[in-house]
Amino acid sequence: MKPSNQPSSQDRKLGKEEEQLLDDLGIFGQSRRTFLNQMSAAGISLMAVPYFTSDMFAQAPKAPDLDPESLLNALEVNLKINGDTYPLQVDSRMTLLDALRERLNLTGSKKGCDHGQCGACTVLIDGKRKLSCLTLSATCKDKEITTVEGLAQGTDLHPVQAAFLKHDGFQCGYCTPGQICSAVSLLDEAKRGEVSYVTENVKDEVTQLSDKEIRERMSGNICRCGAYNNIVQAIQEVHSGKAEMPRWEFATEQELEASRTAE
Amino acid sequence: MRPFQFHCPSSAAEALQKHSRDQKTHYLGGGTNLIDLMKEDVERPDHLIEVADLPFKEITQTANGGLMLGATLNNNKTANHRLVRKNFPLLTMAMLSAATEQIRNMATNGGNLLQRTRCPYYFETSMPCNKREPGSGCGALNGANSKSAIFGWSESCVATHPSDMCVALAALNAKVHVEQADGSSRVIPFTEFHRLPGDQPEKDTNLETGELITGIELPKSEFPDHYYYYKVRERSSYAFALVSAAVGLQMQGNTIIKAGLALGKVAHKPWKLENVERFLEGKEASLSTFEAAAELAFEDAQPLSKNEYKIELGKKTLVQALVRAAARS
Ligand SMILES: Cc1cc2nc3c(=O)[nH]c(=O)nc-3n(C[C@H](O)[C@H](O)[C@H](O)COP(=O)(O)OP(=O)(O)OC[C@H]3O[C@@H](n4cnc5c(N)ncnc54)[C@H](O)[C@@H]3O)c2cc1C
Ligand code: SF4
Ligand code: FES
Ligand code: FES
Repeated sequence: MKPSNQPSSQDRKLGKEEEQLLDDLGIFGQSRRTFLNQMSAAGISLMAVPYFTSDMFAQAPKAPDLDPESLLNALEVNLKINGDTYPLQVDSRMTLLDALRERLNLTGSKKGCDHGQCGACTVLIDGKRKLSCLTLSATCKDKEITTVEGLAQGTDLHPVQAAFLKHDGFQCGYCTPGQICSAVSLLDEAKRGEVSYVTENVKDEVTQLSDKEIRERMSGNICRCGAYNNIVQAIQEVHSGKAEMPRWEFATEQELEASRTAE
Repeated sequence: MRPFQFHCPSSAAEALQKHSRDQKTHYLGGGTNLIDLMKEDVERPDHLIEVADLPFKEITQTANGGLMLGATLNNNKTANHRLVRKNFPLLTMAMLSAATEQIRNMATNGGNLLQRTRCPYYFETSMPCNKREPGSGCGALNGANSKSAIFGWSESCVATHPSDMCVALAALNAKVHVEQADGSSRVIPFTEFHRLPGDQPEKDTNLETGELITGIELPKSEFPDHYYYYKVRERSSYAFALVSAAVGLQMQGNTIIKAGLALGKVAHKPWKLENVERFLEGKEASLSTFEAAAELAFEDAQPLSKNEYKIELGKKTLVQALVRAAARS
């Protein structure tokens, strides 16, 4: 069943991101209409994109204050997340990741290992990528936190998000919010000329990253599905500004027919 | 994680006061090691004193032409600082070989020095470990010791120090500046900062309880051109070293004038190679000289049951680092 608030593909005007995405994928005219019908029949993925933006998450209910009696060493923190301020009472032990997920309904950031080993919980704190699973909420006073929910501007995706869609930079999607936050930060680091362990001579500034540099700088985000090649391609496209064809494409009618008759 | 009280002092003096008043207290830097160990129930502090935002975030030039690195500045900012890259590229390279961008954005310079060993018995509370629980025995001595020490270990502990940054600091003859609760301060040469396990493996360093690291001093730059940090590990990024070598050379033509050398992950502390530094001085840079240097470096190695490979691997790592440092123009 199609969610009732979602107009059908024929009568619904496409958002800018969607138009762009389909242009990038080279899906025009009749095949675009067919494609959109297929997607809306399945009720999935591409069409859902514009709905998964900050607007939707901002409406999530705020967690009720816990009974202070139930908290050990309770602390008041004002968490500034994606431009909003959330006054919150937390146990001194509560990590930022748990505050986001369990208290504020911001479940975009994921818990993979909870020990700093996978990067699924990556968020931006004062513009720098950090691990929310090893960050105590108590240390976040007065800091600006950006999670994956805060990257899009209304229905306009962040260029990194759009590139991940275009290049299929994921399979299950579990590591994706962390990958995307990490990549957003990587672009800034590159603009500042920061170097890495694979930089030939760290005395030189590096502003144009090779794929090898991107791989090294993204090594803190593990992908169990192994979507690495597409992730690097997506990041390289945004970093270099040079549009690239995705490595995947839809099968043509002939190819589909051939595969049907082969069976 | 066990309950603890959180404190956020606004000055070093306040932090030091607080620490001296309470038992079972830890300073909290970036938390990348301490919070992990608290989740593992290895560390069980009653109080955490946040020091990451204390104002030791500058990198300043010292009177004798060196640099002072603030203790609460993060690892990435330090490694990428213009003056560090220009004058101490060996330190930049070593620091950037560690962990990941995210972790280095959190990790403080002070915390990096005090990170604990990655010995698996230390992390597993159901296992014996003298470092975690003095007197319980050393699980690694006759157990899973493939990543343990080959130099300077004792029957009570065979762990290695995991930091990459510290290997470069040992090669560069850094000094650690610390403050005490009574307001006095002292300076500790890097080779005397970390200690060998002896019969007190619970003590990693010669720091007194409650002392606060405020800065790391680098002497005048000696190896701005010929440097290399070679890190050998089980995957090419985001892994601790099996063995590593930090090499700084001062060359005149093909002659080595001065050398700064240390090995990582072979002992309870960064393994400074003073005798090899002297051996290289005045010699021509060549493969045979470097191989002789590596023989000398591992002369006293004492492998355990499962880590003899570290000797051969270590020699080759050191030779490679020397070759690459010398070849830079
Ligand atoms: C997944 C993972 C991979 C890693 N890989 C590597 C690697 O490859 N190479 C490497 O070198 N490191 C690696 N690290 C370790 C990392 O470098 C350290 O955890 C980090 O440097 C510790 O700094 P911190 O500020 O977070 O310390 P914290 O965890 O905050 O503190 C560590 C200790 O230092 C004390 N302390 C902190 N600041 C001060 C101060 N100013 N004065 C006195 N005491 C202080 C604390 O009380 C605590 O005991 C890795 C860590 C993780 C989680
Ligand atoms: S080597 Fe040291 S840290 Fe490892 S089990 Fe033995 S005592 Fe513990
Ligand atoms: S959940 Fe934080 S690094 Fe894995
Ligand atoms: S997409 Fe599944 S873990 Fe990365």
